[in-house]
Amino acid sequence: MSPVSRGFRGRSRVPAEEEDRVPPGQHVTKDFPVLSAGPTPHTPLPEWTFSITQGGDTLKSWTWRELQALPAETVTVDIHCVTRWSKLGTQWRGVPVDTLLDQVAADAPYVLAFCDGGYTTNLPTEDVTGGRAWVAFGYDGEPLPPEHGGPARLLVPHLYFWKSAKWVRGLELRDHDAPGFWETYGYHMYGDPWKQQRYAGD
Amino acid sequence: METTAVRRRLTWQAAAVTSIARETASVVTIELEPPDWPGHLAGQHLDVRLTAEDGYTAERSYSIASAPNEQLAITVERLENGEVSPYLTEELRAGDQLELRGPIGGYFVWEPTDDSPLMLIAGGSGVVPLRSMLRHRLRAGSDVPARLLYSSRTLPDVIYRGELDQYGDGVRVICTLTRSQPPGWTGYSGRVNTAMLAETVWPASQHPLAFVCGPTTFVEAVAENLIGLGYPSERIKTERFGGT
Repeated sequence: MSPVSRGFRGRSRVPAEEEDRVPPGQHVTKDFPVLSAGPTPHTPLPEWTFSITQGGDTLKSWTWRELQALPAETVTVDIHCVTRWSKLGTQWRGVPVDTLLDQVAADAPYVLAFCDGGYTTNLPTEDVTGGRAWVAFGYDGEPLPPEHGGPARLLVPHLYFWKSAKWVRGLELRDHDAPGFWETYGYHMYGDPWKQQRYAGD
Repeated sequence: METTAVRRRLTWQAAAVTSIARETASVVTIELEPPDWPGHLAGQHLDVRLTAEDGYTAERSYSIASAPNEQLAITVERLENGEVSPYLTEELRAGDQLELRGPIGGYFVWEPTDDSPLMLIAGGSGVVPLRSMLRHRLRAGSDVPARLLYSSRTLPDVIYRGELDQYGDGVRVICTLTRSQPPGWTGYSGRVNTAMLAETVWPASQHPLAFVCGPTTFVEAVAENLIGLGYPSERIKTERFGGT
């Protein structure tokens, strides 16, 4: 039980109609804040590829044009950042990760998303399949802006948003879970916002 | 990406508020005495949790303003329509308890073992973690040359003004005021731009390490310009804040 903060009443209480959409410890923002560890990369689209790798081998790779030719979906989802903002009803366009993984013969229990700028993040494969994750390149009817991860980012809305890696360039299939960038610095290996899994040990 | 960061469980603890000092009209520095602080690195942050009488809680992260091995302090700017920052800047008093846990983060940190020229670039309250680095540099006896380019709206908005005036040997503080300048102002005027950066930052040939902290648009523009000046992206560490 936390000690009461004298004189604190709270201003950002979640309205009853949004309670089942906002995880504990989060507040709703209308902004779209940006959090990144380094400069925004700008890979020219003709050089851009998305690859699925395993044990150092590239199993399959798509150019930007090939990715765009795959069937895309428009999804409206709530997103939750570990820094405690949630944004409701965000609209994205992207290719389901299922569609990409279905085109490689291999399978593995974990994936490590890798990105321009050296960023990585780890996820169980079952969290990026079953219609729960996309390689997203559209936001709110427009191309995804670079500062929000464009040309393409991973979208895994049921986990804290650092798992939705910006500037994603591929997935490495892995037999064992290994921490990605923020996970190495003490953030949670899984990151379920409904369980407030912000940091290691939460 | 290798690191020596230790993964330990972060538990909440009630720290005593030992002092609150006003830095500007909207910014305070809060000194804290947690019962069990494991120490931190310059540039890390901590989480604060407020609890209302009915059990409602609100948590936010704040950059640590103090150097490692001195009394723990955070500097907080009041955000319009904020929930936690108005409480911390106006309601909280010395003698109160404040729940916190940390330290958090391990990438946006400077350690005295790094002997690269240090290029610190701040917009507004983005100066807070960089101030921790400057204090750490001084206390650790580091002779790494450091520059701080710091953008504020007006002179009264400059956080740590007295302290920044006193950095001598090896530290150059360069201020720019974006909204208005007092009579006789000899610093820069206007937003940080390509020309200002070209004049003030360490040349890329000296292999500097840059830390950039401020609002998103500020950090995006500065980082982009540093790359244009030849800084490799892995030598530019950024921390952005936006939203509430």
